[in-house]
Amino acid sequence: MSNGSVKSHTEYDAIVVGSGAGGGMAAYQLSVNGLKVLLLEAGRSYDPVRETPMFKLPREAPLRGSGSREKPFGFYDATVDGGWEVPGEPYTNAPGTDFRWWRARMLGGRTNHWGRIALRMGEYDFKPKSRDGLGADWPLEYKDLAPYYDKTEMLIGVYGGDDDMENTPRSSPGVLHPAPAPRAAELLTKKHAAPLGVPVIPAHLAIMTRRQDADTLPKKLHPGNKLAQKVLGDSMRSRQACFYATPCGWGCSIKANFQSTTVLIPPALATGNVDLVPDAMVREVTVDKNGLANGVSYIDKRTRTDRHVKAKIVVLAASAAETARILLNSKSAQFPQGLSNSSGLVGKYLMDTVGAGIGGQIPALESLPPHNNDGASGMHMYMPWWLYKEQLAGKLGFARGYHIEFGGGKDMPGNGSMNFLENLTEGAYGKRYKEAARRYYGSHVWFDGRGEMIPNEDSYCELDPEVVDQWGIPVLRFHWKWSDHELKQAVHMQQTFAQIIEAMGGKVGGTVQTDGNKAIAKGGQIIHEVGTCRMGSDPKTSVLNAHCQSWDVKNLFVTDGAPFVSNADKNPTLSILALAWRTTDYILDQLHKREI
Amino acid sequence: MTQLDEDDGGTAMDAGATSGEGAVNGVNRRDALKAIASAAAITMIGAEASAQGTPKPAAATAPAAQAPVQITRGPRGDAWDPDLIHPKSDWPRKLTASELATLAALCDVIIPADAKSPSASSQGAHHYINEHVSAPGAGYERDLVRVRGGVSWLNVESERRFAKTFVKLSASQKTTICDDICYAPKAKEEFKAGARFFSLVRNLTATAYYTTDAGMKDVGYVGNVASMKWELPPKAVLDKLGL
Repeated sequence: MSNGSVKSHTEYDAIVVGSGAGGGMAAYQLSVNGLKVLLLEAGRSYDPVRETPMFKLPREAPLRGSGSREKPFGFYDATVDGGWEVPGEPYTNAPGTDFRWWRARMLGGRTNHWGRIALRMGEYDFKPKSRDGLGADWPLEYKDLAPYYDKTEMLIGVYGGDDDMENTPRSSPGVLHPAPAPRAAELLTKKHAAPLGVPVIPAHLAIMTRRQDADTLPKKLHPGNKLAQKVLGDSMRSRQACFYATPCGWGCSIKANFQSTTVLIPPALATGNVDLVPDAMVREVTVDKNGLANGVSYIDKRTRTDRHVKAKIVVLAASAAETARILLNSKSAQFPQGLSNSSGLVGKYLMDTVGAGIGGQIPALESLPPHNNDGASGMHMYMPWWLYKEQLAGKLGFARGYHIEFGGGKDMPGNGSMNFLENLTEGAYGKRYKEAARRYYGSHVWFDGRGEMIPNEDSYCELDPEVVDQWGIPVLRFHWKWSDHELKQAVHMQQTFAQIIEAMGGKVGGTVQTDGNKAIAKGGQIIHEVGTCRMGSDPKTSVLNAHCQSWDVKNLFVTDGAPFVSNADKNPTLSILALAWRTTDYILDQLHKREI
Repeated sequence: MTQLDEDDGGTAMDAGATSGEGAVNGVNRRDALKAIASAAAITMIGAEASAQGTPKPAAATAPAAQAPVQITRGPRGDAWDPDLIHPKSDWPRKLTASELATLAALCDVIIPADAKSPSASSQGAHHYINEHVSAPGAGYERDLVRVRGGVSWLNVESERRFAKTFVKLSASQKTTICDDICYAPKAKEEFKAGARFFSLVRNLTATAYYTTDAGMKDVGYVGNVASMKWELPPKAVLDKLGL
């Protein structure tokens, strides 16, 4: 093959764009079923087994591991070439909008550092409009996705409890790993939250608390598929259970938690059916004269040259906003407003999660006997939404719920961990400072609400006509507006947290806001952006059908957060994974039937 | 189902074989070369293959028999993609020996040795302050001015009150000055700037100290150890909490 020009004679069965949750799942499922897959990733390759800074200490890091522009979540955070900015790849905001877009340019994307919180959407969450008249319904029901939640949880390893609560589904028996025992602050919070009517139950996190049964699970997940059973069994045997140390957000070299790079990509590569190309910045999906997708064009970042690769099927999983960007940039004579955009809805109905938090200092937690508080690094317990009936009866003034993430106690001291002492002690130094540190360090609790945002007409992304990134690709411009539902919800969060802190005998830190605009996090800051290519049952009001297949281009599919019709308070990753699996089953079925 | 063209094992990746930039670093070269020997060799090895003059792969082997190919390029080593296993904070330090001596003395006023744990300077807190104020970035440069100015102010104030530099003051003389600057909201007008300086140094000293083994032990942090099981907190903790 001559240098310098693309002469790929190979047509892949499928190109998957993006290697995070949705792309990793798509590449895995398609490849274990024998398809030849080209997996394109805009960032560099990355191997958590070699690169995760397990057990490293803040003092070994520059500036004690503090966050920076280049590493906003701290030096050791797994994110590579990302954060709120990506060098050379800007985005813009319309006047009055301050949307934040977190990206990670690396194999596995944001799954390398994510919070591992793995909550299922419930029955109400798929039919929100039917329930309260707002937003839109999904073209599927909980029971359609429930088997995929079970299978996904078995595949990736999720710990959790067996509580059976309203719109908070339980997993089938034997699917989940046992949740780890609660920590002291979690138990104390539960004791004082229960009388307020706030339930505190085991959290669901994509972390294994025991090893997976590599002999039976692969057979259960891939009946009759020897290749899948082999590669998955090998993968499961290479994973260890959590050893309750070192933060998940740095990645996990023992593969105890879910990362696309430890759980999905290795078995996908082991099939021999996947070619993986990192540093490949996809700019458009190309179409043939019949209007079918026939490949993608991407920039090879290492050589700064343009490439074209061909496939029978294109699966976009570049993240909700990036997928919309690719489609909007895929303009042709046949599709002048971008691909799969006959409805004009690509980029529309962008959603994030409502976020508001508050903390408190709890005298009961002072001077506790030293004990290990690290645990699984994420939450062992959480509080699911509990006011469904009051809300439906119109008593709350906002339409959708939130769950509460919380914690407290003695974490490993890091940069700034003791800064609170100055005000608490009114300027202590010397012996008094050291005594205060011994007494107060670890006596704080924190609460973060994560609530449902209702999609609206004013929150969307589009191409900025004036700005391109360093690869020459037009960038996204964001528009954002919260409705009163979200603003009132954020106020309710802070008031609830203050009540819990006071019930614990503690002192609330900071101001409990009555103005939702002051309580709520900025759009995008919770890093749960979804929507932009919503599913539906009508091609006029949706971009994708009930199988995440483009209405306009039948061999084009989307498996990231873009298809989401609503954004329940449940963190989206588990649903992205389950939905991606369901979509790949549909792709295989359609191929089998020669429909695509 | 498409098969990889046997004469074109590299497919898309050969297109990347033009630069010879050595984008694959040496650590992974062996993996890369190994990968070339197998059929569905992965794109990123393209540049390496070209640079090394490695012939392109011959015929495809049975794909399913292949081991997964490690494709790590590894960290670039800059601020966006630092080597997390071998961290570096190698920017030039800006404070003078004399400034460091004053800071060491102040660190030990803030966190002195006692029966339970050592002093801040013995754990290098003043060197951490130097790392902080010498770091690149506008915020750190502001802190450099505040620390430098504060050290000068502290010595001038020491000379004015006791005719000695700060390091030569007795413990009670140091306390006399620090009492005036230890809490900005209550500091007199003429000590507000000194209080801002003290606040910064106290926080930096505490960050430095409590991230050392001695400091973590002092506040009873006992985690970061691997354990096969996770259990409820010890009975003494549950009893104290009434749980």
